Amino acid sequence: MTDTAHYHRPDTLEAALARLAQGDCRIAAGCTDLFPTTQHKALGGSVLDITAIGALRGIIRAGAGLRIGAATTWSDLIRADLPPACDGLKLAAREVGAKQIQNRGTIAGNLCNASPAADGVPPLLTLDAVVEVASARSTRSIALTEFITGPRQTALGPDEMVTAVLIPEAALAGQGHFLKLGARQYLVISIAMTAARIVLQDGVVVQAALAVGSCGPVATRLPEVEAALIGKPLDPAAITDSAVTAALRPMDDMRATAGYRSTGAAELLRRTLAALQLEEPA
Amino acid sequence: MNIHTAKGQKITLTIGGTSRSIDTAPGRRLSEVLREDLNLKSVKIGCDAGDCGACTVLIDGRQECACLVPAVQADGRTVETLETAEQELRAQLQQAFLAKGAAQCGICTPGLMMAAMELLRDTPTPDESQVEDALAGVLCRCTGYRKIIAAVMAATTPAQMQDMPQAGAAVGRAIPRLDGARKVDGTEIFGADYAPEGALLVRAVRSPHYHAGFSFGDTERWAAAIPGVACVITAADIRGENRYGVIPPLADQPALAEDFARYRGEAVALVVGTPEAVEPLDLSSFPVTWSPLPHTLTEAEGMAVNAPQLHGDRPENTLIRGRVACGAPDAALAEAAHVVTGHFETSYVEHAYIEPEAGAAWLEGDTLVIQACTQAPVMDLEDTARVLGLPHDRLRIIPAAAGGGFGSKLDVTLQPLLGLAVLKTGKPCRMVFSRTESMQASTKRHPGTMEARIGADAEGRITAMTFHGDFNTGAYASWGPTVATRVPVHASGPYLTPNYRATSRAVHTHGPTSGAFRGFGVPQAAITQEMLYDELAQACGMDRLAFRLRNALRDGDKSPCGQVMQSVGLVECLEALQPHWESAQRAVAAFNAASDTRKRGIGIASCWYGCGNTGLPNPSTIRIGITAEGRLKLHQGATDIGQGSNTVITQIAADAIGIAIGAIDIIGPDTALTPDCGKTSASRQTFITGRAAEAAGRSLRAAILRQTNLAEAEQITLRDGRLTVTQGGQTREIGLSDMVPDAHGYVIAAEETYDPPTTGLDADGQGTPYALYGYGAQMAEVEVDMALGTTKVRHIVAAHDVGRVINPLLAEGQIEGGIAQGLGLALMEEYLPGQTENLHNYLIPTIGDMPPVTSILIEKPDPEGPMGAKGLGEHVLIPTAPAILNAIRDASGAKITKVPALPHRVLAAIKASRQ
Repeated sequence: MTDTAHYHRPDTLEAALARLAQGDCRIAAGCTDLFPTTQHKALGGSVLDITAIGALRGIIRAGAGLRIGAATTWSDLIRADLPPACDGLKLAAREVGAKQIQNRGTIAGNLCNASPAADGVPPLLTLDAVVEVASARSTRSIALTEFITGPRQTALGPDEMVTAVLIPEAALAGQGHFLKLGARQYLVISIAMTAARIVLQDGVVVQAALAVGSCGPVATRLPEVEAALIGKPLDPAAITDSAVTAALRPMDDMRATAGYRSTGAAELLRRTLAALQLEEPA
Repeated sequence: MNIHTAKGQKITLTIGGTSRSIDTAPGRRLSEVLREDLNLKSVKIGCDAGDCGACTVLIDGRQECACLVPAVQADGRTVETLETAEQELRAQLQQAFLAKGAAQCGICTPGLMMAAMELLRDTPTPDESQVEDALAGVLCRCTGYRKIIAAVMAATTPAQMQDMPQAGAAVGRAIPRLDGARKVDGTEIFGADYAPEGALLVRAVRSPHYHAGFSFGDTERWAAAIPGVACVITAADIRGENRYGVIPPLADQPALAEDFARYRGEAVALVVGTPEAVEPLDLSSFPVTWSPLPHTLTEAEGMAVNAPQLHGDRPENTLIRGRVACGAPDAALAEAAHVVTGHFETSYVEHAYIEPEAGAAWLEGDTLVIQACTQAPVMDLEDTARVLGLPHDRLRIIPAAAGGGFGSKLDVTLQPLLGLAVLKTGKPCRMVFSRTESMQASTKRHPGTMEARIGADAEGRITAMTFHGDFNTGAYASWGPTVATRVPVHASGPYLTPNYRATSRAVHTHGPTSGAFRGFGVPQAAITQEMLYDELAQACGMDRLAFRLRNALRDGDKSPCGQVMQSVGLVECLEALQPHWESAQRAVAAFNAASDTRKRGIGIASCWYGCGNTGLPNPSTIRIGITAEGRLKLHQGATDIGQGSNTVITQIAADAIGIAIGAIDIIGPDTALTPDCGKTSASRQTFITGRAAEAAGRSLRAAILRQTNLAEAEQITLRDGRLTVTQGGQTREIGLSDMVPDAHGYVIAAEETYDPPTTGLDADGQGTPYALYGYGAQMAEVEVDMALGTTKVRHIVAAHDVGRVINPLLAEGQIEGGIAQGLGLALMEEYLPGQTENLHNYLIPTIGDMPPVTSILIEKPDPEGPMGAKGLGEHVLIPTAPAILNAIRDASGAKITKVPALPHRVLAAIKASRQ
């Protein structure tokens, strides 16, 4: 908190984008990642607080799919009436910290923070999520797979902010699930996590989306493992350790070894599929 | 569009039905606004990162961490804190927390209650899992959570509070803690909760390197350039001796480092000034130049031939060695029918109390007063006076309530720093460690690398044991010598071991200083011994519990120190576990027959623990007096860090006097008001201060009887300046107001000291290290995921011989809290310097990790204890980790050789067991 520090809390998106266009500032919403980066009693530097922009908060389902506003919290998501495809996302929401964090933290902030262990990323990957990004110049949409470019790195330009997370209508089919593996029950940064969304038709898998987090610099889909499921009855055992391991780039850290992460992720994926209560579309 | 500068925006909060306007920086943490601007001190700061939940408040009815809320985001909203929340539900919760013993130190209590309030409004009678989900964001380090869950479940249907016991009937009663009211209403004053008006803020400049030379630039000019900075303080300002340490002959720790920093986080300078100026300062601009040097972080690195040496007078980085030997262990092992050998490693463990170190200091006349969190006020006084160069009578230590301690708050941390700042500026000062500072600069549990061999004869009787442990004692001595001494004394476990040699070595490294942590190294050694006992039982073809029963110490047996043991309640503890052991064995077998992926298992382990200093004096003195007004004052100098000495000592004193407990006012601790009751450590307060309280109480009773010329008394009551004593139909009344008070202001008084009869130990550790021991045994049931290596502890049965139960509610609280820390040690806690300096990377158990605990209190009175009582505080932690690890092996075959048993280690051990 220096004398030159400024705190901006506009109530319109236009004003926010205008401030962003002026140059360097940090975007704040729930502040659950921002405050822990400082030991000080106030946020330092220039801050753009987007929580007063009413239009950014809330979840809307329109023709094109689901629109999750950038200031929507995990608790908002838990309370929302969403299709079963989003069950994995809801389960992830319940495992973000505990209630205090869920009541503040935002889905978009989770993506922008770009932690390899971001709880929201694997389920959103299985939902083919797209990140809507705006600047004073333009608005663009970036697939989530392109949005997070590395640990703590995103494709966001210096004058851009996320305005929404979009889930296309096509990805709202089927059933989702999510599992998180950690060394304690609550408030845990995951060792590995897995998300799945499966669509069955006539007893066979017609869509399969699988994702793994905390097992590489960024969470990832597993296209080859997914492909192996298509056209067959859902069989968790079809997911092999070797296929999952080949798709991941885990590392050793204080929470687990890389080797453990790979086999653990495979096991977790099998359990994620086994936990799906699949119903065929009516 | 609103653009606000960082300073000076008006926000309006609705608090307690009143609209409150505050001028504040919009990006300031709401927790700061509530505490500092609105004086709502129930909002506690444990981490400033949303990891601990101590600052949980309700915003528009929903729980949030106030430390994560920029003030402006609360503008126009309703904020509830414990002080200002609705009366009725708050009162119900407070009563339930008191009745169930759900608050120990009390630092997390307000946050837990706020989280509970949100739940109870929607769900007045929640089930266990609903409580866990709702309270999961608040960490508690004292209680083990089970009593919190019980309190929240029962809050809206409270039971009748029990009446306080009659005179002479306090001991044995589950009296809610006498200091409980202020813990459950948020008014308890912890280290950060009080500072005199206008206090300056002190911050430390700390080494970012594990080992580095350093030199300062022009600190005066740097300070002068920042408005509001009063001064910079370095070691050059120290007028006394710049070294402190809990064991005076080995005192080696500088208050501010000189020339070299020996661990990451070591303070080298202080910056003092107005809070507005100093708090936001980026101390990376401080003029200091670092020259990093080679460092060591593990005991193996510290012992290496070419390792950089930490202290010139301690060759081979060896602080001290310990040894206890008896009989002929090598010959006995050679002849043993069965021999097992094991190697075991433990990690640095962080105390992780929810209250980071904090305090304030000021001058009263020419006396320096320091009010800070501590476990050892008199030791603080001695250490601080030495550093400051003050005579003892010019220093007063007032312990603030300690928001958890567990051993680490025995050492001074900020006390000498506060003193330096006050003496240099002449103004009151305050200092509050951040969570990261606390974790970097406080002591840890010693990591140990241990090896042992244990032999048994064909009948399963232990014949011999050898043990060696190398312990990483970090940069400075602290309690390293105590660990090195206690471990060889206790490494046999509470089992008859006729031939024995246990040695230890405390090795300096550039890691955090290892100190006291609940058990002083005994928990680490117990893991080694108890896991080997399982292997030996198997080798002998015996049931694991039966094997321990066969070898359990009994009255009249000699310990490896040659001490003839008395009042050994271990057999009773093991026998109390027997029915649970048998039924659990059956249940586990049935479960495992039907489950492949998940396997259950049970494990058992015992403990013994000598109460008080090892072979050294450690007296406590209690003063009790009656005022002319007819109040009875108990000068209780034992710091209550949550464990309950305010209550337990008072219960003992009340019964020794023969007066109703409600007649007693507690004074202290305060070095100006209370005689020395020593440190809250070594499970010594109930025993040693309890004995002093018992003796002082009896002396006071005798003095009262002398006044009345009665030989005995059926009833002693105090009221309105009159003392009434009745006996055999006779009543004597004494008017107190006419009597002449003594120097302490008492018309009748007693003061007694107790020091346990021990002897020093010889070169083979022979002697009487402790006058009294406590015993226990615990059984753990776990479920191991065979594919993921995760462990869920399902149930713990804990039987502890406490000699005489002074307060069963508090005793159970100690057991459950110790088990939670033992569970953390076993399964998740691993402090890695530089990596886990916060409460999201350093994991302690949450409310969801604690299993139900069945506590069994065994009473085998010890004639040395007060009314037969023994210590309990540390005992309870010792068996938990080995019981869990033995259960993991029983369930999965995984032989764990390094804790914590993180999932990847368990899975690797499962795989190894199959090869």
